[in-house]
Amino acid sequence: MIPLSWFLILSAALFSIGLFGVLSRKNAVAILLSVELMLNAVNINLVAFWRYGNIAYMAGQVFSIIVFAVAAAEVAVGLALVISVYRRFNTVVADEIDLMKW
Amino acid sequence: MSALQIIFLIAAAVILVSAVMVTLTRNLVHAALWLVAALFGVAVIFAVLEAGFLAVVQVVVYIGAIAIMFIFAVMLTRREMLDKGPQMNKRAWLAGILGVLLFASMVYMLSTWVGFNKLPTLMGETDTLALLGNSLLLQSAYLLPFEVASVLLLAALVGAVYVASNRK
Repeated sequence: MIPLSWFLILSAALFSIGLFGVLSRKNAVAILLSVELMLNAVNINLVAFWRYGNIAYMAGQVFSIIVFAVAAAEVAVGLALVISVYRRFNTVVADEIDLMKW
Repeated sequence: MSALQIIFLIAAAVILVSAVMVTLTRNLVHAALWLVAALFGVAVIFAVLEAGFLAVVQVVVYIGAIAIMFIFAVMLTRREMLDKGPQMNKRAWLAGILGVLLFASMVYMLSTWVGFNKLPTLMGETDTLALLGNSLLLQSAYLLPFEVASVLLLAALVGAVYVASNRK
């Protein structure tokens, strides 16, 4: 029997690592990779709360399936944006893409 | 310590090590492959949580589609970034402190909650896959979010093709 706390600590750690990656990496593709880590941490949490609550309510699993769909959409649009930016500015460094920076 | 706990600890170690490598590796193709390792670990965690369908979806959708798309994007964009200059911001230390602080405060907040050391609900003979299918297709349950997700995927597909297409 695994207590719920193990899953919560694991997903908190994974989310924090993802946040660190999002804030520290320069490359836009690497930032998207770290966002995926954060989404996975959220999914672990959702499924863990489903498992440790009332099993008949499938809200946790359904929500994590929606998160899968949103992650797929986010990656498709995000990578398309990165490729488009790369084609126009010839860079993927997030610092150098400052056209809209005031 | 039961076998399930040992499996959980191994999977958690794999996830955390690969996640750290995703954020620290210089070579982005390697970072994408470390992400695949982390996603496999999360699939194992889903299996430990007895959500078999999600474990399979994790492998098929995340590793089969999303990770491969990342590797494609890295190969299309990497030329001048590789092995040149630092891969991190000047303020990466601040991000590190923020991450550690977030982790510490989340664990502290959770440890004050009464259900923190809850044990799993007994499954019995419940067919959770049938329950999941029913709740996705029942109008009184989650039919609308399910359909909205499919429309979202279609919109993302059209948007991605439009944004990435090379028009003169």
